[in-house]
Amino acid sequence: MGAIEKQRHILDFTLATLGRRKGKNIALIVVYTFVICLMASVVFFADALKQEAAQILQGAPEMTVQRLVAGRQDLIPTHYIDSIRTIRGVQSVEPRLWGYYYDAFSGANYTLMVNADLNNHPGSIIIGAGVARRSEPGKPPQTLRKNDLVPFKTYSDTVVTLQVKGILPSESELVTADLILVSEADFKTIFPIPAGLATDLVLKIRNAKELATIAAKITRIHPDSRPVLREDILRTYAAVFDWRGGVILLILSGGFFAFIILAWDKATGLSAEEKREIGILKAIGWETSDILLMKFWEGTAVSLTAFFLGLFLAYLHTFLASPLLFEPVLKGWSVLYPHFRLTPRINIYQIAVLFFLTVLPYTVATIVPSWRSATIDPDSVMRM
Amino acid sequence: MIRLQNIRKIFNAGQPNEFVALEGVNLSIGSQEATALKGPSGSGKTTLLSLLGCMARPTAGRITVKGREITSLPERFLTEIRRETFGIIFQQFNLIKGITALENVMIPAYPKGEKHASLKRRAMDLLDLLNIAGKASAKVEWLSGGEAQRTAIARALINNPSIIIADEPTAHLDTTLSREFMEIMRQLKKEGKTLLIASHDPIAYESDVIDRIIEMRDGTIVPPADGS
Repeated sequence: MGAIEKQRHILDFTLATLGRRKGKNIALIVVYTFVICLMASVVFFADALKQEAAQILQGAPEMTVQRLVAGRQDLIPTHYIDSIRTIRGVQSVEPRLWGYYYDAFSGANYTLMVNADLNNHPGSIIIGAGVARRSEPGKPPQTLRKNDLVPFKTYSDTVVTLQVKGILPSESELVTADLILVSEADFKTIFPIPAGLATDLVLKIRNAKELATIAAKITRIHPDSRPVLREDILRTYAAVFDWRGGVILLILSGGFFAFIILAWDKATGLSAEEKREIGILKAIGWETSDILLMKFWEGTAVSLTAFFLGLFLAYLHTFLASPLLFEPVLKGWSVLYPHFRLTPRINIYQIAVLFFLTVLPYTVATIVPSWRSATIDPDSVMRM
Repeated sequence: MIRLQNIRKIFNAGQPNEFVALEGVNLSIGSQEATALKGPSGSGKTTLLSLLGCMARPTAGRITVKGREITSLPERFLTEIRRETFGIIFQQFNLIKGITALENVMIPAYPKGEKHASLKRRAMDLLDLLNIAGKASAKVEWLSGGEAQRTAIARALINNPSIIIADEPTAHLDTTLSREFMEIMRQLKKEGKTLLIASHDPIAYESDVIDRIIEMRDGTIVPPADGS
């Protein structure tokens, strides 16, 4: 009981002590909170994006088959479908036609993809939300609406005008921001794709465990083909977002080190007043361990306050406000920035890592100099 | 109660600024005795009080408190003796600013883990005894000199020590407050406390509360004129 009361007394005293040095501690907490907020925002944001991409790709084909010529992707003959369909476990094989279209008006690259539903409505397109917000660089955006006409320049230098039939929902904007769905006829008007060729083939597989076996069989039948699994795409997304997160963290590391210097200076540089107080406490009967306990509580109180405040602000910044600071880097350098709200998600492991990288070093940093002061003879206070 | 044998204290030993603060000090202080250490600044009074109060160790010599040799004790035990046996009143009061008088009084007892309610009650009783209960919740920087000193006395008494050490307690007080301080010392002596007061203020060392005056000069005890 006595030990708990002792902890309580020392904690009470520590909190009273913190309140007395308001200026120093508030400055420290503000900077500390800001650093935690930045770092946690990057972590939350990259993680939420990966999660978002994973959710959206749930609906993506389990396997895509491309053709490689001289190490580069080439158009794939549609007659490959017949032989692939015969492989046991393959439920369906569909050809896909898609490509990139440079829009001179907005300076953006769109992804044009054939959608079978539009084959009965030539002249119509369905566009992603990013395309709908297209704008001429330096000018306000001109929002495209249903029934608007959009001109496309064809490979033969003529212009074909297509009508907007719909806009894709914003939930999938991360991967559909730059997408334009067209009919096969319109696609072949814009791009010179010969009959009997497709961009790639998409497969549905009955049993996910057979993916690797089916992929091996496809490469055996068509040595020039490259099967790409959905998991591979997810891995690539994860790697890209991790890499971008890393870039941001690298940029922020300058700020982080500046914080370490500030924290070290603030936390370790005991003022004459603090040294005097340690002397008084020792002279009136506090042990060195009691002083260290007090400094431990002090460091813990400052860093935990800043940590949770920083996490809270990062949560608001990432999930409720548009994360202005990192959006362009983390989402991509494309001209069309996707607009969507991330699903709130907290990863305990990442919070733990952040905790061990910030709270622990700070707490230790506050104890070391106090230990030096606390081990001096208390008689110094007699001479003050 | 306290016995010093051939005490020597050197500061900055081996350095160019080496300074001998005490040399060949032998002294015995009896229980419930009020002793005044008098002498000019730099005579070694404060250093001697530090050694007596277990706040520093001598460079040479032996100190025994209540029959226990303390010079070779580890720091933790010294702290415990200091906390349980001595109540210290500093020249500058050395109260901790920014917190209340009541909290200041309670601080020395925190490491003992006493229940907060009972500790607070005892601290209030002491403030009441010293007639400053009304200032319990005032921050110490707002207290007058006399109130600050009474708070410092209450703080020195919170662990119910048997020995009270006061270093130049009247240095920052006017005559009235100095006399009031000595009256408080008289009360404490009546309660059975041993008093050790270092002062060069005649109000303190010439008070009838004092049983014995030890004069110091240049780090040594000046032998009494009558040879006793």
